[in-house]
Amino acid sequence: MIKLEPRGERSTTMAYLSPLLAAFLTMLTGAILFTVLGIDPVDALITILYVPISDTHGIAELCVKTAPILLCAIGLSVVFKAKIWNIGAEGQLLMGGLFGSFIALQLIEAEGFWVLPLVLIAGVIGGMFWAGIAAILKVRFNTNEILTTIMMNYIALNILLWAVHGPLKDPEGYNFPESALFGDASLLPILIEGTRVNFGIALALLAVVAVWVLMSRSFYGFQIKVMGMDAGAARLSGFKEKRLTYFALLLSGGLAGLAGVGEVTGPIGQLIPQISPGYGYAAIIVAFLGRLHPVGILFASLLMALLYMGGEMAQISLGLPLALTGLFQGMLLFYLLACDVLIAFRIRLKPKKAKTLQPLATETQG
Amino acid sequence: MKRRQFSKLVTGLTAGVCMAALSTLSVQAAEPLKVGFVYVGPIGDHGWSYQHDQGRLSVEAEFGDKVKTTYVENVAEGADAQRVIYNLAKTGHDLIFTTSFGFMNPTLKVAKQFPKVAFEHATGYKMAKNMGTYISTTFEGRYVAGYVASQVTKSNKIGYIASFPIPEVIRDINATQLALSKYNPEAELKIIWVNSWFDPGKEADAANAMMDQGVDVILQHTDSPAAMQAAERRGVYAVGQASDMSSFGPNAHLMSVVDEWGPHYINTVNSVMAGTWKPKASVEGMKEGAIVIPSFNESIPANVVAKAKELIAGLKDGSVYPFTGPIKNKAGEVIVPEGTRLAYDELEKMSWYVEGIPSDIPK
Amino acid sequence: MDIDLITNILYAMIRTGTPLLIVAMGELICEKSGVLNLGQEGMMLMGAVVGFIVTLLSGSLLLGFLLAMVAGVLMSLIFGLITMELSANQVATGLALTIFGTGLSAFVGSDFVGKPIAGLDPIHIPVLTDLPIIGRMLFGQDLVVYLSFLLFAAVYWFINYSRPGLVLKAVGENPHAANAIGLPVMRTRYLAIIFGGAMAGLAGGYLSLAYTPLWAENMTAGRGWIALALVVFASWKVERVLLGAWLFGLASILHLVFQGLGFSVSPNLLAMLPYLATIVVLVILSSNQSRSRLVAPMSLGNPFYAKS
Repeated sequence: MIKLEPRGERSTTMAYLSPLLAAFLTMLTGAILFTVLGIDPVDALITILYVPISDTHGIAELCVKTAPILLCAIGLSVVFKAKIWNIGAEGQLLMGGLFGSFIALQLIEAEGFWVLPLVLIAGVIGGMFWAGIAAILKVRFNTNEILTTIMMNYIALNILLWAVHGPLKDPEGYNFPESALFGDASLLPILIEGTRVNFGIALALLAVVAVWVLMSRSFYGFQIKVMGMDAGAARLSGFKEKRLTYFALLLSGGLAGLAGVGEVTGPIGQLIPQISPGYGYAAIIVAFLGRLHPVGILFASLLMALLYMGGEMAQISLGLPLALTGLFQGMLLFYLLACDVLIAFRIRLKPKKAKTLQPLATETQG
Repeated sequence: MKRRQFSKLVTGLTAGVCMAALSTLSVQAAEPLKVGFVYVGPIGDHGWSYQHDQGRLSVEAEFGDKVKTTYVENVAEGADAQRVIYNLAKTGHDLIFTTSFGFMNPTLKVAKQFPKVAFEHATGYKMAKNMGTYISTTFEGRYVAGYVASQVTKSNKIGYIASFPIPEVIRDINATQLALSKYNPEAELKIIWVNSWFDPGKEADAANAMMDQGVDVILQHTDSPAAMQAAERRGVYAVGQASDMSSFGPNAHLMSVVDEWGPHYINTVNSVMAGTWKPKASVEGMKEGAIVIPSFNESIPANVVAKAKELIAGLKDGSVYPFTGPIKNKAGEVIVPEGTRLAYDELEKMSWYVEGIPSDIPK
Repeated sequence: MDIDLITNILYAMIRTGTPLLIVAMGELICEKSGVLNLGQEGMMLMGAVVGFIVTLLSGSLLLGFLLAMVAGVLMSLIFGLITMELSANQVATGLALTIFGTGLSAFVGSDFVGKPIAGLDPIHIPVLTDLPIIGRMLFGQDLVVYLSFLLFAAVYWFINYSRPGLVLKAVGENPHAANAIGLPVMRTRYLAIIFGGAMAGLAGGYLSLAYTPLWAENMTAGRGWIALALVVFASWKVERVLLGAWLFGLASILHLVFQGLGFSVSPNLLAMLPYLATIVVLVILSSNQSRSRLVAPMSLGNPFYAKS
């Protein structure tokens, strides 16, 4: 019998080893899957995981794809630390894109260094506004934020669709649901000429550092962590729970909003109906994969972005259907989530006892 | 003068040598032409993307070893599209079709980076030196469908399940109404917007809601065969869209307006192979075999089928054109005067209903 | 509105609400045990594709529905193993389950797109079905609709009157206390997760075998998320889930009916009404602290570690 036993404290070794183990298991299962389907497994894995980033352009694209996921996930790590379950990064991202676009469209002709910051700030405000509603509902009316934020994702999407089919539609655009192209002054500057990598990734990295400092060096971060670990203790210590809730939700909403405005002013350059292929949802998984730690999240979002790109590459180079890469992604996520158990538990081989005194000891077979 | 002539000669010679070298190269290597397709949906949607993929398969069937085709499905119309198109171009694809409106600007941006690759974008309006557009005139099929519907309806209520109020959909609704006004002015067009291109459940709900209100012929501008199935269950007629939907409602299936992308794709591949490809705004319809009505329901009276076939022949030879004046808008103002035809670039951005449609375009 | 129209609207209301009702009842039981599974969409899709393929190959609708439920259960077990045995985060695992299920169902179903089957037809009882107004609504549905009525009665009795139902609620409210008095926390949560999976599979099968008898990728089109909203909307009470599902059904039918009658409305603004309504209900329900304690299971979404 294999038994899982709680470790006294979290294992640091396993914290590093478990993602590697998960990666290994994914490779193994993936290789079996590909072999069964008659595809050269080495070729498939290289195509999915290496080819997309095998040159400068690929790395630039990885940055483009990572930026929005990273921004959303790093914001989520703060609220999740406070045990506030904001599932609404997607809606906050969309509102950020919408607010930013609204300002950018007013300033198409404008020039000057002040245009871009204004547009970005509008995006951040959009995300904060949307998260703020959830915060008010939670603090004032005690509503469950998991549910309100999910609902608000749908509302945000429909507001965006309404806007892009209506008031923000390009008057010259043949009545198609797209806004006019933004002016150059409101576009994020390109970092490497000839690629699409833009200032957005720098903002995202900046956010990672800022959140890291906030959470590990500041009293505010400390309070948030304590609140998440033990709300009662936080209250006894005189921490202002409501203020912390507002702060955490507004911070994560603002960063998601920045992700949204970064998309419309970065790689897209206009407002369109589909500014996010689900970055806000992907970021939730990324936040947990990265164990809510800034460095972990950085790696997890790079991996997530790579998986998306690998899926495209597998279709282009190997003709693998997208469904297969969806399967592969799901598997990797399961393994990563599952292997984390090794951080808090150790596996022990034990003879089976007739009746254990711990009625809840978890058992696995095989 | 001399110098210029000399340089001209040299240029000419070099060009000639190069051309010769190129042609021998292409003969010797016989590298297959790589053709890429970018789809907005999964090819399993049995609608728009599925039908484009059928076109891709017909290219493979036509050219065999001489082409190698690639597709990328479910590509989001945002930042991802540009990367996918770029990667197709970078991996040596000579011809790339991007098959949704939202790919327009991404295609344009990549086209500028790869001047030697030919790009064709479906349903858009922007072009470049190496980027053309193509679209098919589905409204011709709708016009025929409108005529047939006007003749077989008993309740004089025709339903139209619509997706989003974009010009293409508005234009096709208008074509349907023009046929109704001409051949059966008593018939009323009921339009339901389902706000989606593909949601079988909702499309079926819309079909049922229409039938509950007495509609006995259903047209659809959405992609799933759910409305056809619903019509079959309740014993009314329906018109299929994009693909041949007869198998989903053997009795209900009046006809289908099928998008055949194959001919366009085959022609384009041919012209790229021959080196004669040039970007153009290709608008193809029944004449070119891009819009096909494969069959009519056997229960349609023979004279109606005959007239429908006559209309199809007229649409093919140009003697029939749905948007021929006089056409009034809903306010009763004459928009297209008697005897003139509304040009395609007007149709391309149509945003008004013709007279006779009871509802308004949703805002 | 004439009588026929009302008859038909009532009929459609039940029919549209049925898949929502089934999947929401599964989610309700699951949440009552303190487990939040956001993977319904993935489980439904697997149910839909498996049910469709089995029926197409075997010709048996019954077998199709049964294996649709089995598919849902297997998917839910993946979720169960990862969240229960390995204590992974429920929200992340549920979302991963949806990604996985969407990919797997598309992969499995790729050869079955565009194939028609004879779906489950509504029944017709002479005289009764032809009654005005309520005839079709009560006596003209298909068998799964009647099954959903039975399931509702069973779930209602289970939660309110049975001992295992009490255990379920105790586990959801405070697993550690439940554990302390010797209640089987893990087993209860497993059974709840499995029931949720079976219901999601059944609802998926209903979509691909009865509602619109066809398979197409992603054909659930977000109904799993609506079911989630529904459970909240119903404040975790099964009788309100029933009413809510039919109300959602009615709302989605009415906006189509109104368009047919010539009203012009923005489809986008209409589409967000159910979600707005859910938030409003949520606010009303939970604004009173003491009352809100009675609705949402206290341990919802929190993993349960064996403390020894």
